[in-house]
Amino acid sequence: MPQVTLVEAVNMALARAMEDDPSVVVLGEDVGINGGVFRATVGLQQRFGAQRVLDTPLAELLISGVCVGMATQGLRPVGEIQFMGFIYPCIDQLVNHASRLRNRTQGRLSCPMVLRVPHGGGIRAPEHHSESAEAMLAHIPGLRVVIPSSPERAYGLLLAAIRDPDPVVFLEPTRIYRTAKSEVEDNGEALPLDVAFVLREGRDVTLISWGAMVKETLGAAEALDAEGISAEVIDLATLKPYDEETLLGSVTKTGRCVVVHEAARTGGFGAEIAAFVAERGLTSLLAPIARVTGYDTVIPLPRLEQHYIPSVGRIVAAGRKACQFT
Amino acid sequence: MTDSGPATEQLPVIARFEVRYRNYLAPDGSVNRQLPAFASDTGLLVALYRAMVLVRTFDLKAVALQRTGRLGTYAVSLGQEAASVGVASAMREEDVLLPSYRDNAALIWRGVGLDEILLFWGGDERGNHFSGPIQDFPFCIPVGSQAPHAAGVAYAFKLRKEPRVAVCLFGDGATSKGDVFEAMNFAGVHKLPVVFVVTNNQWAISVPLRLQTASETLAQKAIAAGFTGEQVDGNDVVAMRAAAEDAIDAARKGQGPRFIEAVTYRLGDHTTADDAARYRPADEVQARWKDEPIARLRSYLAGRNAWDKAKEEQLITECQTKIETAVERYLATGPRAPETMFDHLYAILPKAYAAQREDIKGGD
Repeated sequence: MPQVTLVEAVNMALARAMEDDPSVVVLGEDVGINGGVFRATVGLQQRFGAQRVLDTPLAELLISGVCVGMATQGLRPVGEIQFMGFIYPCIDQLVNHASRLRNRTQGRLSCPMVLRVPHGGGIRAPEHHSESAEAMLAHIPGLRVVIPSSPERAYGLLLAAIRDPDPVVFLEPTRIYRTAKSEVEDNGEALPLDVAFVLREGRDVTLISWGAMVKETLGAAEALDAEGISAEVIDLATLKPYDEETLLGSVTKTGRCVVVHEAARTGGFGAEIAAFVAERGLTSLLAPIARVTGYDTVIPLPRLEQHYIPSVGRIVAAGRKACQFT
Repeated sequence: MTDSGPATEQLPVIARFEVRYRNYLAPDGSVNRQLPAFASDTGLLVALYRAMVLVRTFDLKAVALQRTGRLGTYAVSLGQEAASVGVASAMREEDVLLPSYRDNAALIWRGVGLDEILLFWGGDERGNHFSGPIQDFPFCIPVGSQAPHAAGVAYAFKLRKEPRVAVCLFGDGATSKGDVFEAMNFAGVHKLPVVFVVTNNQWAISVPLRLQTASETLAQKAIAAGFTGEQVDGNDVVAMRAAAEDAIDAARKGQGPRFIEAVTYRLGDHTTADDAARYRPADEVQARWKDEPIARLRSYLAGRNAWDKAKEEQLITECQTKIETAVERYLATGPRAPETMFDHLYAILPKAYAAQREDIKGGD
């Protein structure tokens, strides 16, 4: 089996979904002949035609709104937003329409759409490209928010998102688009949504993360292991709705919880996880819950962004501190 | 003197555009120009008339219910019934309507129950699970945000080669929003089977059209999107029906989108939560009553001996009976069980929210 990158796995999943289901339509800026700014849609237009893989005008609100209309007609639109910094015009459509059309009409209309959005910083991109706005999206009732951290999960979760009967925002970690490589079998098998993945088992501390930060989190687990600390690593994968049982099971076992994310700390999704663990797992906690996150600043331009994105060292320090707490 | 070449007026003109205006019936019911073919069907004109009277009568009742605490905020159609009715009457059952919140008349024409409309404005989502065409959209409250949906619906029709048309209604304020232009622009590029109708009632709550746009017409906004925009006397239901028929027909034949500006006037308040007297002079409103659509069609029909006082009285009685029945049904509909607020959030409620559903069931 060939090794594929995460972005290639996205492409494989899109091609597979389009092959299997004629109602799947891909739309966005430059997704056609250019194959997308990150090449996630490369070859799709040649293969499936310009009607099913369409270059939209440069209008993000339109992309999300057209997806809503298509979805009510039984199409399975997969819209692409080029960078997360450009998702904000879509918020009205996601909050007021995509996420609540089923509820507004008591099930008469529904919205099985996917909005794919490259997520996060660390690729030396220009201003307004490097956002991690997942918490804002995860606050929206009726929506699913999914983010893979490996090529296998990109493939399996994207297939699941496209087949899901409800709207999904599918975030794609740009920092590991091309660095994460693994064997992915193009077998059309989806992975479950709403389920967290335990990537590494451990006894002493639970490290919870998602997207590109899973890489540093796994690195931190290695480093902690060398210090004699056994860390369990959980890739949350679906942020909304998240897998409470897996989180609680792990924290109950280890007694310590560190949440790692790239987004700013205040109101970040780590706050939700911390609140949940405090509410439901307080009696098993042996140390305060820790958050290792981006700072409460705007993500800096490339010259400073490496200082913003949590490092392996910061995660190791948090894990160590939790284990030393008495 | 600067050397910038010839004076601007000497440069060649590379494009010219025009906007046409459609009207058949004058405010007094007299005929201005040859009527469209369908107008020879008196039965159809009477049906349009009855639909307009029904919604006006219904509005009165709805406002009375709101004033007595039995209905939530409600938007009346007063003065602009012809636009909604004319457009809806030109649609086929299998077309898809994407209405704004003031398009009661269009929904009623398409078979939505009066009790269902009351249920929605009475604060119950079940009103949107209505008995009109199953793919029609519910009232859209965030202004103009349904326009991209219309483009998406029309794209699906085109992709599947279905001879269906999406019809999107919104108000003059909506034309200031990017949503509407983005949708029109996309529809133009792909020659989608969609008809956009702006009901230009001159006021977006308290903001008059002159503060909304410096455009001479709203119809011309279609020109920038690459298709035809027509201005129509929105108080002339014959003109509205004819314009909509032409536009829907063209869209169905694959000739691409059309845009209709229905020029009318909002004789009522924005909603029951509004008091237009705060910003709008009474004499302006008074002066516009002479243009309203119902008296106009009644005069025309009466002139053709197709309507008289007895018929009018009978119609009012029929409307009132229909409305009373709907009101009774609405008032007899109890609230949903609280936990049902979870039931259509997702196709299947995620496990993570099951406990919350149980919580609410337990009450406080």
